[in-house]
Amino acid sequence: MTIRGKAFIAGIYEHPLRVIPDRSNSQIHAEVAAGALADAGLSFSDVDAYFCDASAGFGPISMADYMGLHLTHVDSTETGGSSYVVHVGHAAEAIAAGKSQVALITLAGRPRSAAMAGRPGGGGGATPDMIFEGLWGMSGAVTGYAMAATRHMHEFGTTSAQLAEVKVAASLHAQYNPNAFLQTPMTVEEVLASPMISSPLRRDDCCVVTDGGGALIVVSPEVARDLSRVSAKVLGHGETVKHADNGRLDLTYTGAVVSGPRAFEEAGVTQADIDYVSIYDSFTITVVETLEDLGFCAKGEGGRFVLDGALVAPDGRLPFNTDGGGLCNNHPSNRGGITKVIEAVRQLRGEAHPAVQVPDCTIALAHGTGGSIGSRMGSSTLILGTEDA
Amino acid sequence: MSTTLPTPAPINLPETDEFWAATAEGKLLLRRCDDCGVPIWYPRPFCPVCGSFRTSWSEASGRGTVYTFTVVHRSGIPGYREALPYVVAYVELAEGPRVMTNIVDCEPDDVVVGMPVRVVFHDTGAGSALYRFQPDPTATGELTSPRS
Repeated sequence: MTIRGKAFIAGIYEHPLRVIPDRSNSQIHAEVAAGALADAGLSFSDVDAYFCDASAGFGPISMADYMGLHLTHVDSTETGGSSYVVHVGHAAEAIAAGKSQVALITLAGRPRSAAMAGRPGGGGGATPDMIFEGLWGMSGAVTGYAMAATRHMHEFGTTSAQLAEVKVAASLHAQYNPNAFLQTPMTVEEVLASPMISSPLRRDDCCVVTDGGGALIVVSPEVARDLSRVSAKVLGHGETVKHADNGRLDLTYTGAVVSGPRAFEEAGVTQADIDYVSIYDSFTITVVETLEDLGFCAKGEGGRFVLDGALVAPDGRLPFNTDGGGLCNNHPSNRGGITKVIEAVRQLRGEAHPAVQVPDCTIALAHGTGGSIGSRMGSSTLILGTEDA
Repeated sequence: MSTTLPTPAPINLPETDEFWAATAEGKLLLRRCDDCGVPIWYPRPFCPVCGSFRTSWSEASGRGTVYTFTVVHRSGIPGYREALPYVVAYVELAEGPRVMTNIVDCEPDDVVVGMPVRVVFHDTGAGSALYRFQPDPTATGELTSPRS
């Protein structure tokens, strides 16, 4: 695929001021966005892809929330001053690939004023979302996820015992992973007996905290063909930012409601075709909500869906996280996305532990969550197949 | 139980100076869009619904209900870790927005989803006050009695 002739720059805007002592970086991002959109004859609601550098906030999440963007493609590649040139190239690729129709790229910063006034500015600086939520004793990620769990329980009758089933399934898998941080199988009763951290989430509803990392190599079909090692074919992908929607946040669903359908559509498969899932499992509630949002069960049914060993490999209805997941195996750097893809590839290669290898695994799904389902989040769904899938 | 929660001063961005100054006077302000009329949360001079920069302040009623909450039993945050257990919540204001806050002046275990609450202000000593919420004994319906 080439991007030649596949994308055009339709709007431009340079902020007219050179000293801006009385506005946040976030406001300036919004102002230049409005200016460029007006120049193009477009509006904020037309934007489906957003690009920014690492100083704009929490990746692209903060400004997507601020500007009320509804996105199907995001990118915060940080290469210093060259970032925005890179972004143009990435935007063209996304458009050529059908991932986006209207891509917005913004830059803002106030190094002159920040140096004079001691206000946050310059490279980075506080964004208002983080200020208005940083005052109340949010104790790490668990506090926000706990509030999502409370609301899910309130609306759908989900129980702590149902959440515990997710941990139990992960622990049954982790016993076969000699590298897993937690290798002892657990029972629902043991999970429910673990200390309360942030109600209704207990210690064993939480993922492990581990050092480490991971890597992936993605190659062209030509290169893949010449390699002796079996590859996994990328079949479909979706991404989004789900945010607070101007204070109308709904904690009962995740960004998977957007990223999931797009990935399924691109892959040309349905939920029934999926042999194995890697579901981001920062907390047990993360799995329950994500399974619903990916369409493996109806909204609100996730707590019941995970009962009766549904997630346990190899014979459960939907085997998940056969490495033990973030809940038992590994959550390197507090970011579990890469291990989700790695275990999906192991399954497609037939190289998971024999005790948890899904027979004839031909199509697998890996889903990543970033930020917090308790406020604003990134979401990405990847569907992979065997080489001949 | 009287509140023992800490009162950290917010980082004050230029466009929220008026918001925080008002909290010091016991007022909770909402930014409102002059074009489409929606209340905007978190406060910003930009409407994320219609894209307008024509926005202005109005005073909120200070009343709402608990949308969701958690009782925090473990915390490493100085000030908060000495106040365990405490309640972090989203309160749905009468005007619509769901705002993150603390529920105070009641036992943590008495907080329930849907509970009517009203705003109270806790002075930060830095020209601002934190908007927290306590059970609202004047609201109709099921209530948890405040205890002091």
